[in-house]
Amino acid sequence: MAQDLLKTPLHGLHLELGARMVPFAGYEMPVQYAMGVMKEHLHTRAAAGLFDVSHMGQVLLTGADPSVDLERLVPQSITGLKPSRQRYAFFTNESGGIEDDIMVARREDHLYVVVNAACKAADIALMRAGLQESELVEITDRALLALQGPAAEAALSRIVPVAPMAFMEVGIFPSDFGELWISRSGYTGEDGFEISVPADHAEGFARALLDMEEVAPIGLGARDSLRLEAGLCLYGNDIDTTTDPVQASLTWAIQKTRRPGGAREGGFPGDSIILPKISDADDQEDRRRVGILPEGRAPMREHVQLFENEKDETPIGVVTSGAFGPTVGHPISMGYVPARLSAPGTRIWGEVRGKRMAAEIVSLPFRPSTYKR
Amino acid sequence: MIKYTEDHEWLSLDGDIVTVGITDHAQEQLGDIVFVELPEVGTQISKDDEIVVIESVKAASDIVAPVDGEIVEINEAIIDTPSKVNEDAEGEAWFFKVKIDDASQLDAYMDETAYKELTA
Repeated sequence: MAQDLLKTPLHGLHLELGARMVPFAGYEMPVQYAMGVMKEHLHTRAAAGLFDVSHMGQVLLTGADPSVDLERLVPQSITGLKPSRQRYAFFTNESGGIEDDIMVARREDHLYVVVNAACKAADIALMRAGLQESELVEITDRALLALQGPAAEAALSRIVPVAPMAFMEVGIFPSDFGELWISRSGYTGEDGFEISVPADHAEGFARALLDMEEVAPIGLGARDSLRLEAGLCLYGNDIDTTTDPVQASLTWAIQKTRRPGGAREGGFPGDSIILPKISDADDQEDRRRVGILPEGRAPMREHVQLFENEKDETPIGVVTSGAFGPTVGHPISMGYVPARLSAPGTRIWGEVRGKRMAAEIVSLPFRPSTYKR
Repeated sequence: MIKYTEDHEWLSLDGDIVTVGITDHAQEQLGDIVFVELPEVGTQISKDDEIVVIESVKAASDIVAPVDGEIVEINEAIIDTPSKVNEDAEGEAWFFKVKIDDASQLDAYMDETAYKELTA
């Protein structure tokens, strides 16, 4: 393993638990433990899975009103975000593309932002350049864990009283493991929590959870199949700097107030490209992110080319994420096709190992989410 | 007689029929197997042809023909339930049977002791 890979505060625990470690976004991270990807996936859906996501970036935005500042960088309503609430958001660029997808929480007088590991440095630079009144503080002395699954609430409640929290609510809890910053959210389609814990308490906190009957450690392998079943985007695969929010089927994440006719319409990078697409989404050749269900058993993985007809020579799209969905019990994919072919039920073809295989466009998610609203 | 290839296949010779599967070590390395594609019965195969595709939760891998001959039987059970390969790779989850042209082709492969050394 390359020496310059970063380690999270749970690195030693991963090794002790028998994790297979891989390089990921500059960190050495567990891709799976002894249980294996499939069982880890199913365990998360049946009980509770503990994920180390400390490689993600944690940032505080402070100052008079950081939400006004951040709103210049994202198409979401941040000034309208209520106290103790979190929202999915993304940085856009001047071409309308997505620079990263993030989580933003409003806490008392400041914002707490979680960004993707691979985009961390770029996001911080982007925010530092774009923020006019507010200060950015990068949090480097905390680990970030996710506890996901139907038993997550019962497990975490033994440490802190999280049961009353609703989906996308955030709170700060004193505990035996220092101050815990908790949000009721995650990236698996399950009810669950993301917990920011002081780095020197991270291992003790993780061990306390892993000692519980329902909780098992889960690696990045299962995290990927869980988020794919939940229809959630992986930045760098399903969305990137060349996909705009309309193409990415993420228009739902742009609040009405920032859309055409809204009180705070536009005013973010790429608004002149994104807003007209929202009001007039009639370009049937523009691409859309869709769910794709192969008819056969062979997975259609990323980069598989998609065709409108079995014998066509020119591809109409491409798979951006694809795997076997353990809970669905079938291969599942996400990818891009022209809008005219994006209706659920449309039959398309994917080329796998030189063979054309039929697949159906389906609505996302592949498995209904179980968030506690 | 059981022989092993460097590609982690096992070959069991009975008369002129060789049963071929992947080793327990191989299934462990591959992880949870979710898809197996086998050649059709009657296919003439030549050594090193890519004749089997295995997909695990992680990735797709090919298996090459270890000998020359004709496919005489395939294990439909692992097509229907690929996870059988994880459960019993060196037993019930064999892949295919081939009528071998020249049984001396097996001489080049490892015996159990040599294979265990390779994967130790």
